[in-house]
Amino acid sequence: MFELPSGAEIQSIIAALKTGVGFFMPEIYLSVLFMLLIVVDLAVKGRKNNLLPLLTVLGLAGSFYFIYQQHLLEAGEIFFGMYVLDGFAIFFKYFFVISGILAVLISVADDQLNRHVRSMGEYYALIVAMVIGMIMMASSVDLLMMFLSMELVGLTAYVLTGYRKDDPRSSEGALKYLVYGAVSTGLMVYGFSLIYGITAQTNIMKISSELALHGYDPLVMMLASLLILAGFGYKIGAVPFHFWSPDVYEGAPTPVTAYLSVGSKAAGFAILMRFFYVAIPHGGEPFQDIAGIDWLMLLIVIAIASMVYGNVVALWQKNVKRMLAYSSIAHAGYLLLGIIAMDSLGTQATLFYLLGYLLMNIGAFYVVIIISNRTGSENLEDYRGLGKEMPLAGAALTVFLISLVGLPPTVGFIGKLMIFSALLAKGSVYIWLALIGVLTSVISLYYYMLIPLNMYLRESTQPCEVKAGFGILHKVAIAVLMILTLYFGLFFKPLTDFARISSSMLGVTIY
Amino acid sequence: MLSLIVFLPILAGLVILAVPSSQKQIIRIVSLLAAIAQGVLAVLIWKGYDASLPGITAAAGGAPEGSFQFIERLPWINLDLGSMGSLNIEYFLGVDGISITMVILTALISIIGILSSWPIQKQVKGYFILYNLLATAMMGCFVALDFFLFYVFWELMLLPMYFLIGIWGGPNREYAAIKFFLYTLFGSVFMLLVMIGLYFSVIDPLTGNHTFSLVAMASQENYIKDAILGPDNVMWRYAAFIVLFIGFAIKVPMFPFHTWLPDAHVEAPTPISVILAGVLLKLGTYGMMRINFPLFPEVFQASLYVIAVLGAINIIYGAFCALAQQDLKKMVAYSSISHMGYVLLGLAAANSEGMVGALYQMFNHGTITAMLFLLVGVIYDRAHTRQIDKFGGLASYMPVYAAVVTIAWFASLGLPGLSGFISEAFVFVGAFSSVTTRNVAIVSVLGIVFGAAYLLWSLQRMFLGKRKADAAYDLEVGADGHEHIHFHDWKGKLDLDARELVMLVPLAIIVIFLGIYPMPVLGMLTSSINKLVEVLSPVVMTALN
Repeated sequence: MFELPSGAEIQSIIAALKTGVGFFMPEIYLSVLFMLLIVVDLAVKGRKNNLLPLLTVLGLAGSFYFIYQQHLLEAGEIFFGMYVLDGFAIFFKYFFVISGILAVLISVADDQLNRHVRSMGEYYALIVAMVIGMIMMASSVDLLMMFLSMELVGLTAYVLTGYRKDDPRSSEGALKYLVYGAVSTGLMVYGFSLIYGITAQTNIMKISSELALHGYDPLVMMLASLLILAGFGYKIGAVPFHFWSPDVYEGAPTPVTAYLSVGSKAAGFAILMRFFYVAIPHGGEPFQDIAGIDWLMLLIVIAIASMVYGNVVALWQKNVKRMLAYSSIAHAGYLLLGIIAMDSLGTQATLFYLLGYLLMNIGAFYVVIIISNRTGSENLEDYRGLGKEMPLAGAALTVFLISLVGLPPTVGFIGKLMIFSALLAKGSVYIWLALIGVLTSVISLYYYMLIPLNMYLRESTQPCEVKAGFGILHKVAIAVLMILTLYFGLFFKPLTDFARISSSMLGVTIY
Repeated sequence: MLSLIVFLPILAGLVILAVPSSQKQIIRIVSLLAAIAQGVLAVLIWKGYDASLPGITAAAGGAPEGSFQFIERLPWINLDLGSMGSLNIEYFLGVDGISITMVILTALISIIGILSSWPIQKQVKGYFILYNLLATAMMGCFVALDFFLFYVFWELMLLPMYFLIGIWGGPNREYAAIKFFLYTLFGSVFMLLVMIGLYFSVIDPLTGNHTFSLVAMASQENYIKDAILGPDNVMWRYAAFIVLFIGFAIKVPMFPFHTWLPDAHVEAPTPISVILAGVLLKLGTYGMMRINFPLFPEVFQASLYVIAVLGAINIIYGAFCALAQQDLKKMVAYSSISHMGYVLLGLAAANSEGMVGALYQMFNHGTITAMLFLLVGVIYDRAHTRQIDKFGGLASYMPVYAAVVTIAWFASLGLPGLSGFISEAFVFVGAFSSVTTRNVAIVSVLGIVFGAAYLLWSLQRMFLGKRKADAAYDLEVGADGHEHIHFHDWKGKLDLDARELVMLVPLAIIVIFLGIYPMPVLGMLTSSINKLVEVLSPVVMTALN
């Protein structure tokens, strides 16, 4: 029977909510920004101007203040164990806001998007909404909250993917994304329900202790892990849950592709780490080990499949966006290696790799957009001879690609170094995994180098008529990204330190 | 001092970046000045070098001072890894007898390379920026004493080299460039894993921390016994040795990993061929001497015979391939493979004579092959073909060229009195005196015979006799009654011009001088080689166990 809560109880609930709000400021701020953007869009409707992107960038940058304030707060659960504030969450808040700012910048750069779409107003609001959703994904500790935040990210992503209504590829991508998303989320919710059935809990900490205390049927738990992994695997775009990604990445407006490949993937990794490390820990402190649920083996298989499949299939791609889509599948595999190491070094390596991936992948897409403004396509053939005509863009793209391969002196190299260090620090058990990792990165060199090959080694067959230079703003932005990619390849201490202090959940260092 | 010699070219590259691309002459001169300054520094280092200090490992007490020279050591990155301790990467440079030889060679070849790049007209600015980047990376590899730093320089070479072959190369350049890139990267990614493994296995005796220092890694007592590459982990030590060896062997290049080299050489422009054969190949054998062998001495001792056989295959197979070539440049490329085989054979002898011969051969091969490729470039510039059959009787029309070619060709085949002879003699003395390699050495001597065969045969076909009917040049009788030849669209001087002489004559002098009086180089490297042989010797290893 449902009983009305007493006055005192209501009082305490309100008090808890009030305290919670103090821990929830960035999210509230961003929600206000989201609504503000819609209102401003209504006010300025019809007039072409740069007010909205400017407002979005400034607004997103403003949230740094609120996130920075959170360093002073003590890590803990809020809203009755729904939500959490800890170093791990703060790391991803910075991460998603930065990726949101970069997404807005590259959206401004994209002529095709701005020329063909009648209204860009909701676009920027949706990007902010997605930032909120991703932040909530990284901070949720309750199955319901996890599901809701993933849906928030998913729904905004579907709309953004289909934003170019005039382009059938865009609509096709959106539909595929939606269908795959619905199926994998459905599987995941089924997995959640199995876990709820076993433990009668939705908070992942409570699930963990419940499992340790009362036991479980290993078969059911294994099934549940597998189903949940389908949901997370879809978000991170790992094999075999990757089928949506090439079509979506090719069809979506390029800024959205870049944003999805970095932001949405990182959010998937955040939630995957939080769920598996905490709810069903595997062979390590501080949470009690849940024996017999070998999700680690599942991750190993997924990681190997992703690295091999992503890199090999990318070899045959003629479209740069599609090639980068397959490469992002491969990068999901490398990132998983860091999680498989299951220690603080591995977590640190994963977080660092994500930061590096943010720089180099957004950078690469940035240049792809600038180039497609000029040539009108993303085909490899049309990159011929561009290196001479666009020296900065060409050099920058080469740096980003070298970084994606993992060659020094770039941030991508340090990322791979840290990931492989984490594996080899475990002794000889994971050497084979590391071997597959380095060998597939040799394969990746071939297709990444096809782009500089066309840009520098080949002459363009038909000289381009359109002399669309790109603005100083974008030149500066690309140069900054390139310099950061190189700088953090030589002096990476700030990033690795940031990654290390962030690898704690609820004040406890993960593993 | 060492930092300066390493980073001078990159500074020149930054200056060039600011020069407008139409000012080709300024760009060339800036690069040349940087290379000359590098050369001056190399001479200063050579003058200041104390040949009695051994190098290879740390001096007694674990400090590199007193063993290495011109040391520059700064903490570069100190990462806190939480429970894993900290990751210490140092900016650690220094030279010993092995590296100083290579430093001098690199500085020399860099200058020659710039001079040889003078006629390049296509995208001059980009070319020299990449060239300077390459020069920095090469020099950096030879002086780095921190494995991480070495690896960064090692990988840094790939991209400039890719573009230098790929943009300024011959018709099939795309294939050659990516093949070079993929082969080398394939070798070096394994090096990355071994590097990480070594890091977790070695403790710096001075600080008690894990370290990337190659000096600390060269002493077996610094290894943690049960670490992944520690002495107890025999299987992984063998695996690490093998993959490192393959990584360096690709660079050498050793049969069966050599196929990228002829492609790269044939497509690369002359200066890049010079750099490639003169310096880059040495990085392979240098890496073996600095990293591969001293870090895993017991595996090295166990694989002497295999290395010797691989060296012999290189010598004989390379010579046979050279014999079959119609393209002069391809012939020289295969002769490189053959000559690098002597280095491998000398190393496999594992005694002072053999190793001195190997290192000296590396130096001599650098100077001689640089000459060979320059000379091939000279004739290619004029005739636009390198087919040996398309020439004949050149000696009477281009006497100076023919004279220099003769010196280089004879140096390459090991004529007494020229530098190549001494190093090959040392290699064979070493290989004969080691029981393991004696049989292999006997077979390898055949390589000298075949070497003489292809060199003399090509010399005969190109320079002696009469002009062939389908030759690449026309014969005409001048007003004075003498016969002249002229190449179809060659406007310059028929015989060697001043720039070509400036490149070739110093090299020829070095080749002759070091053939008569090798002590300036040998004196510098002997104590380090003796130390290396001691580190590698089975006696020391049994004493440790």
